[in-house]
Amino acid sequence: MLQLILRRIGMMILIMLVVALLLFMINEGDPRLIARSVLGPYAQADQLQLWIEQNGYDRSMFIRYFEWLGRVMTGDLGHSIIYKRPVADIFWDRLGNTGILAGVTFVIMVIVALVLGVLAGMKEGSPQDRAISVLSIATTSVPEYASAVILAGIFVFWLGWLPGTSSMTSGFNIVELILPVMVLTLYGFGYIARMTRASMAEVMTTPYIRTAVLKGLPYRHIIMKHALRNALIAPFTVIMLQINWLLSGVVVTEFAFGYKGFGALLLEAALRRDIFVIEACGIAAVFVAVFTQTIGDLGYTYLNPRIRFK
Amino acid sequence: MSDQDETPVLEITGLRLSYYTRAGEIPAVMDFDLKIAKGESVGLVGESGCGKSTVANGIMRYMGNNGGIVGGTIKFKGRDMADMSEEEVRRLRGKDIAMIYQEPMASLNPSLTIGQQLMEVPMNHEGASEEEAHQRSFDMLSAVHIPDPQRLMDSYPHQVSGGQQQRVVIAMALLSKPALLLLDEPTTALDVTVEAGIVELIAELSKETGTSLLYISHNLGLMLEVCDRICVMYSGEVVEEGHIDSIFSWPTHPYTHGLFGCIPLPHADKNARPLTAIKGQLPLPHQRPKGCYFGPRCEFFEAGTCDQDQIPMAAVHTDDDPAHRVRCARWDVIDPKSFVPEETVKREVIPVGETVLEVKDMRKYYEVKDSSLAALFSGGEAKQVKANESISFRAGEGETVAIVGESGCGKSTFAKVLMGLETATEGEVNLSGTNLGEIAVGDRTAEQLASLQMVFQNPNDTLNPSHSIGYQIGRVIKRFGIESDPAKIQELVFKLLDTVKLPRAFATRKPRQLSGGQKQRIGIARAFAGNPKTVIADEPISALDVSVAAAVTELLMEIQREHRTTLLFISHDLSAVRYLADRVVVMYLGQIMERGATDEVFSPPYHPYTEALLSAVPIADPEVQKRRIVLEGNLPSPLNPPKGCPFSTRCPRKIGAICDDEVPPVQFAGDRHAIACHIDMEELRKVEPVITIPDRDMDAAD
Repeated sequence: MLQLILRRIGMMILIMLVVALLLFMINEGDPRLIARSVLGPYAQADQLQLWIEQNGYDRSMFIRYFEWLGRVMTGDLGHSIIYKRPVADIFWDRLGNTGILAGVTFVIMVIVALVLGVLAGMKEGSPQDRAISVLSIATTSVPEYASAVILAGIFVFWLGWLPGTSSMTSGFNIVELILPVMVLTLYGFGYIARMTRASMAEVMTTPYIRTAVLKGLPYRHIIMKHALRNALIAPFTVIMLQINWLLSGVVVTEFAFGYKGFGALLLEAALRRDIFVIEACGIAAVFVAVFTQTIGDLGYTYLNPRIRFK
Repeated sequence: MSDQDETPVLEITGLRLSYYTRAGEIPAVMDFDLKIAKGESVGLVGESGCGKSTVANGIMRYMGNNGGIVGGTIKFKGRDMADMSEEEVRRLRGKDIAMIYQEPMASLNPSLTIGQQLMEVPMNHEGASEEEAHQRSFDMLSAVHIPDPQRLMDSYPHQVSGGQQQRVVIAMALLSKPALLLLDEPTTALDVTVEAGIVELIAELSKETGTSLLYISHNLGLMLEVCDRICVMYSGEVVEEGHIDSIFSWPTHPYTHGLFGCIPLPHADKNARPLTAIKGQLPLPHQRPKGCYFGPRCEFFEAGTCDQDQIPMAAVHTDDDPAHRVRCARWDVIDPKSFVPEETVKREVIPVGETVLEVKDMRKYYEVKDSSLAALFSGGEAKQVKANESISFRAGEGETVAIVGESGCGKSTFAKVLMGLETATEGEVNLSGTNLGEIAVGDRTAEQLASLQMVFQNPNDTLNPSHSIGYQIGRVIKRFGIESDPAKIQELVFKLLDTVKLPRAFATRKPRQLSGGQKQRIGIARAFAGNPKTVIADEPISALDVSVAAAVTELLMEIQREHRTTLLFISHDLSAVRYLADRVVVMYLGQIMERGATDEVFSPPYHPYTEALLSAVPIADPEVQKRRIVLEGNLPSPLNPPKGCPFSTRCPRKIGAICDDEVPPVQFAGDRHAIACHIDMEELRKVEPVITIPDRDMDAAD
């Protein structure tokens, strides 16, 4: 087990290094483009050249890559072109905001999805199964921008219960989080729920569930102890993939509610070629993707002893 | 035996079970009666689809979403189960009525340890404490002869062998000392030597606890060994029932009789007394004929008598068994025993031609990479699995050579090397003068590929579901360069379908429209499409029902006879091997233990392993006397085989340290009859025959 973890972590570091190199090559491969985006469209050719020399961009890309890598690892993410501040100042703040949104959504979404998925899959074809299946298809097929408008219409304009924006201008406010979380949960839970349902339904037809039933175990015990763990193996991968989506795919929701998050930051940076912010965001997104997959693989071996003891 | 005063443990009267599908109600079991007394063992025999497993599920009241009990009563210890609440039935399950299943691996939860799965039975039914449950599970595992119960309890199901898994399932079923044990094909997935041990164990434990048994199986030989009474089922009905001796000695129903004709009993002979398959196919539940369901397949069918009303069970008076009853309208006027189908003719013995296939000292080793960190640092050498160790034998033109052994003995590896899916590590495999052992399948010429073809075990998995039958056979013909003109290919496909006795219209059908037996015929047609010199048949009939298997066996031999093909028959089924093979090669743990002509191998001198193997095979003939030898222990891991004789760890005739330490010499008992054993040949000659067949008309053992 320890060996597996070590190997996985080694793999993760390798992937990070390769992706970081690609990211660096795309963004900082051509020094003239960096100089252009830092100095603006009106800078003269000799100004650009001077900037390149002063900042050491005339050196080989690989030397610069390792230098950059060293800086990133010590927390120096460079200087934002748009915000005229160190990237680290804005970056961690935004990442934290999205982390809160994503974390809360993740917990609620996974719980709702698993409970509904298990309830549906327990008795395939039953009314409760059909109701849950229809519900999860319906909510998943409404895009976030549409559900954001609909929910805002109901809770902000009609009932007046919730604030319509989530900019957190007067500090962190949990009430402002409700609508974005609701939108994300509605959109995201259906996928996990349907996976869980399919997996659960399959497990319920296996011979070992028959064994459990014919052992005379109570139904609850059969579901909780015999079916659930086996049924969670397949949806587990999907759940882990959702974390990626929650980090960088929530940009629509963040924009809809004016939430100052990571997705919004990345979008702004990409539109305005804020190179160092793009790099920082890219590294963060890749890290989360690789990290969740590593956790996913390890969790998989926990759920499935057949892999653990190979 | 049954005691009249006592309430029977199980009493089923007029039971009707149905499944509901889109096509409407499908009756799976009709008018089923059964009474099992305390301590009695009753068998339910029939081919797949006859409803025998449905009966077990009905008793357990476990019919799924689309099944249900339509009529009749099931009384358990005198109480009608229909009156019981869901909760009462649940308390009965696993405590008073327990079940043992066909696939032990699939029946155990892969993500819970064996200990957890055992302990929950007493904890749930008797409110036992964890310590008590642990102790009882431990004791029960010891009772089912598991050597290290604690280690096993901490293991997950996939970490233990199939035989041990089945012992765990048995232990689980017996933990609360049930009054009735249902066994649904309990040994079908196991090797014969393991089966023998399991069967003995069940008999022993049920005697101790006074448990009644309901055995469900398609294996008549096994039934003879374990049951007091049997019921033969056909298409949802019992067609004949009675005490085991009367059914086996005086089978009255034509179907029962037909079943016996399909099994290769020791006195059957492929030339003189070939198997007689039952004609036709089992009717689908919604296509059952009027009157007797067996009517269309019956040789004694009489219009007006057999196709009218439902036929009731009638008592048979010809023997002194009061329980012997039969569902046949003409049982008292027909005589299936002396009936000989017209088709059956004595066949000429085909002379064996010159050597086609010669395997010389073939070895196949696999390297197993040790990927642990420790091995990485110490740079330890890779371990070797010796899947095949110095395999040598010859097969002549038109000869049938059987390769026999239990799972893990290396017979499939051998087939892979022959086919070129693997290349031999050392040695030669000469097919008509070319050493194929070194040529991988991708490097073989079309001619070489065509000359060596294979019939696979599971016909369901070997045909591509998305192509028509005609396309799949035609493609072989094209690839092997036999014919390239589409019209001629079509003609050849039709001819091949004729050869395997399937209608030509099947060329346009997809595999899903065919039954298992028909698919296997397609598999045979495909293998013979390139006029092969040698065909490897890897367990070609073990996935088929007895009556279908008989037909496929006969077909295979007929084609072989016609083409003078060399047939390598890989099997664990010694009855089939004895019936159709000319020569037998017995393998154990990658090595040949004994080889020789079939008669030589099946009579003394035996290798001790052959002896045990012969003893383990159930024979469906009460007159055959058998010596019982039950092997202890498991097959050793091929990663760590015994240093000397591979069989030394389980050998009942082990003579001492020499067996453990030295590789046994190959001794010759006859011209080409070789035995690899340390025991002196003279000693081996003195061994009594395992199977004694009473003198009837043929005596193959002598």
